[in-house]
Amino acid sequence: MLRYIGRRCFYMVPTLFAISLVAFAIIQLPPGDFLTAWVTRLESEGEQVDPAMLDGLRQRYGLGEPFYAQYTKWISGILFHGDFGESFEYGRSVSSLVLDRLPWSIGLTVFALLFTWIVAFPIGLYSAVRQYSFGDYLATTIGFLGLAIPNFMLALAMMYVAYSVFGLSTSGISPLTIGIAVVVLGTAGTAGMIRVLRANLLDELKKPYVVAARARGASEKTLVIKYPVRMALNPFVSTIGWVLPGLVGGEVIVAQVLNLPTTGPLLFSALRTQDMYLAGSIILIVSVLTVIGTLLSDILLAWLDPRVRLGYR
Amino acid sequence: MTSVLPDADASVTGDPAGGDETGGRRAATQRRLVWWKFRQHKLAMVGLVLIACIYLVALFAEFLAPVSSSTFNSEYTYAPPQQLRIDSDAGLYVHGYTSTVDPETFEPTFEVDKSQKIDVGLFVKGDEYELFGLIPWDRHLIGPEDPDQPMYLLGANRNGYDLLSRMIHGTRVSMTIGLVGVAMALILGIILGGMSGYFAGKTDTVIQRVVEFFMSIPGIPLWMGLSAALPHEWGPMQRYFAITVILAIIGWTDMARVVRGRFLSLRNEEFVTSARLDGSGRPRVIYRHMLPSFTSHLIASVTLSIPAMILAETALSFLGLGLQPPVVSWGVLLQDAQNVRVLATAPWLMIPGLAVVIAVLALNFVGDGLRDAADPYKK
Amino acid sequence: MRPVQASDALLEIDGLTTHFFTREGTVRAVDGVSLTVPAGKTVCVVGESGCGKSVTARSVLGLVDEPGRVVAGEIWWRRDGQAPVDLARYGPKSEEMRRVRGGEISMVFQEPMASLSPMYTVGAQLVEAIRLHMPLDREQARERAADLLRRVGIPRPEERLDAYSFQLSGGMCQRVMIAIALAAGPALLIADEPTTALDVTTQARIIDLIHELQAETGMSVLFITHDLGVVAEIADEVVVMYLGTVVERGGVDEIFHDPKHPYTRALLGSIPRMGAGTGQRLATIRGNVPHPSDRPSGCPFHPRCGDAVAGLCDRSDPPDVRVGPGRTARCVLHENADLIGDDGQLGAEEVQR
Repeated sequence: MLRYIGRRCFYMVPTLFAISLVAFAIIQLPPGDFLTAWVTRLESEGEQVDPAMLDGLRQRYGLGEPFYAQYTKWISGILFHGDFGESFEYGRSVSSLVLDRLPWSIGLTVFALLFTWIVAFPIGLYSAVRQYSFGDYLATTIGFLGLAIPNFMLALAMMYVAYSVFGLSTSGISPLTIGIAVVVLGTAGTAGMIRVLRANLLDELKKPYVVAARARGASEKTLVIKYPVRMALNPFVSTIGWVLPGLVGGEVIVAQVLNLPTTGPLLFSALRTQDMYLAGSIILIVSVLTVIGTLLSDILLAWLDPRVRLGYR
Repeated sequence: MTSVLPDADASVTGDPAGGDETGGRRAATQRRLVWWKFRQHKLAMVGLVLIACIYLVALFAEFLAPVSSSTFNSEYTYAPPQQLRIDSDAGLYVHGYTSTVDPETFEPTFEVDKSQKIDVGLFVKGDEYELFGLIPWDRHLIGPEDPDQPMYLLGANRNGYDLLSRMIHGTRVSMTIGLVGVAMALILGIILGGMSGYFAGKTDTVIQRVVEFFMSIPGIPLWMGLSAALPHEWGPMQRYFAITVILAIIGWTDMARVVRGRFLSLRNEEFVTSARLDGSGRPRVIYRHMLPSFTSHLIASVTLSIPAMILAETALSFLGLGLQPPVVSWGVLLQDAQNVRVLATAPWLMIPGLAVVIAVLALNFVGDGLRDAADPYKK
Repeated sequence: MRPVQASDALLEIDGLTTHFFTREGTVRAVDGVSLTVPAGKTVCVVGESGCGKSVTARSVLGLVDEPGRVVAGEIWWRRDGQAPVDLARYGPKSEEMRRVRGGEISMVFQEPMASLSPMYTVGAQLVEAIRLHMPLDREQARERAADLLRRVGIPRPEERLDAYSFQLSGGMCQRVMIAIALAAGPALLIADEPTTALDVTTQARIIDLIHELQAETGMSVLFITHDLGVVAEIADEVVVMYLGTVVERGGVDEIFHDPKHPYTRALLGSIPRMGAGTGQRLATIRGNVPHPSDRPSGCPFHPRCGDAVAGLCDRSDPPDVRVGPGRTARCVLHENADLIGDDGQLGAEEVQR
């Protein structure tokens, strides 16, 4: 088990490296260096910029140096000093800005994930065991709709109903907006999860070991709960791996629509104002957290599945 | 004494290729079988018809839309939808509007005025356009007989653009951006997935790591980052293609996984071995023998990934990071609906979202039907 | 309803018919199969794949998968000194059927690896089987489980209880499956091609094991196989099946030395023999087994039969003919012997001609 965790952690290293490269590339992508752009904008607004400070900044970010040198400077600042750079727009360090908002993002994502599980599990189970029943068709229909409705549309529709039918305020933090965000975020994942669970369970229910258990006189309830569900749980756990990136991405959009104080709107405004250190850092942090979440789900899977735990798969 | 009877498993399921002694049912080609199986899937057939209609709309957008996408009348901001009515004397007509101006904000609000009648005709003269970019014409399927009269069947937005016309025009961009993106993803997926599955071993490990990397990072922040980095001075066409490339960068991984899985399972099939023994080179074995044997699976997963692309484009454009006006797509139209207060006054601005849902649902149905039909021999 | 005849029959299947109702049409997988399993004997059901032998076995315990259903026939099961019961009348999910499964009749399957859940240890699955049918607590059940593993020849059974199926070889898994089958001391063991998925040396050991256990416990065995070598080794009686029907029944020596049905003869003729003459082609049965939904009219074997009589075999169902004590063959070639069935149509056709 420990060896498995060790190996998985080791595999993470190249992924993390690649993510940092992509994040840094995004910082570098806008044409010209951001400092010039910033100075141009400040001057157009009639402010004066101290040339000495500019030089200091140029030094700090290694501007004008080759890509790899700038990258090394940037990443070692992050790794050794926790220094993600400065947000020009807010005039604060990126890390303090992000830290303010990150707990909200994580909380929202975790709640959405829990929502997904709690809703998807019983429905998927029911759909598979009572295949082709009315409930199964209903669940399938809802699943299809859940996959087809864009997150933000659902959020907009719920906000519209809350605002114009019930006359509730739908901006900023309130139990209502957070509730809407969790439900909206959870829906897309739930739809996919129901489909996965149903398909897996239907597969498992036909496996020889179920017939063998039936042949030794096990009851129908045991046959479903003890054997196939236990098996179908595995892909269910590993789905965290693919639900999580979607959740994190969806969170950005939904929080923007609902105006929640998460990293999403911060990223959005950073991208619009080309506050690239802030934007790149948020992308980096969010991606790294996603990768760590996936790692946790893999470890959970290993703990659940003896084949993985004992290194047979 | 060890003697075993012929244990032909194929005899149970009916050997697909060896339809030698019984004609009819088993002599049908694979393509035929897939189609037969697909036809049994009612939802998929409904989806197919819908998709065909949507693409026809995209093709004849200029003719079908009452006005061009750039026509607007600022006198009619947030005009609500009119209902198309029919009368035995007057034929088709809609009611006109009366406007009241808010004394404080000077913003006009419109109400449908039952006393006015605006005659609506079919094949009326209107804005000039070039059908397929070739044939100059000025007829529109439907429109007011007098082009200066207002007709907003689905309402108007803040600037007095006709939502219906813009949605019809937007169909073209929204429905093709998915296609182009998927085509690129498909090519990438086939090449990389094919290499991964065919060569296995080290190549496979490396490509799998790359795929895992792309799947483990959250797509939307990355899209946002990439598209925000697009130069502002780029024209609509450049932006359109840049966005498709960005969509494809994320979307190819699914395709690669499907292709790889198929290749891995096909590698040890007899027909592949015999092709190799016949002296076929690797590319020939891959692209001539293996690929055609799972075309139907490929088509199914292509169909299932178009909706993801459409949703992604909609989301990006909605946030203002994707396509920009004057290009019209469903996502661009939804930009108008970002604010709850706006929605409260003009809820019809959410209608383009309905178009997205219908298109995505229909594509999902077709994809599901294809996936079930892709293996016509499987029960 | 016919009364049960042979008093020593533990299991008597009479006219069993199991159909699969697929969207493409009804597949008559088992079409009127009758056979008996005497107490303490081994009966082998032999035939090519797709002939319905596995479905017959599964029908006994109500384990036929959807969309299959037992549509007709009786399965008389005679417990010690009790009146026989018809298993075909028990619902597949009924309490009564569950008590029979594993308790009185056990079954061993073709794929030992896949028949054990990889999520639980073999011990857990063995203990489950024991406790389903015996009033033992966890400790006692575990002891019995270790005992059973020892009896099926697994070394260091206490350790193996905590192993998972994927840590064992196929042969080991099959031994575990046999241990599970023996858990409650059943009167009948149904072995559905238990050695097909194993390699040859393991096959022989598993066959020997079943043979020994049978001698030890006195249980009956219904052995499903397509391997005539296995049949020769362990069978007391043989049932030959073709396309869902029994074509010939008899003692093992009679079947091997004096086959009556053309299909049985063809089967035995296709066995390769050492020193049978070099340079000779191996005899085969021409054609292929037809798809069950394209069943030929009349005798199902007639398109492939060397002795088929045109105008007769392709028109009417052959009668089930008694060709000796405890022997039947379903073929017109033996029609001058006693008819068992009440199949009078054949005579009528003869007269017309």
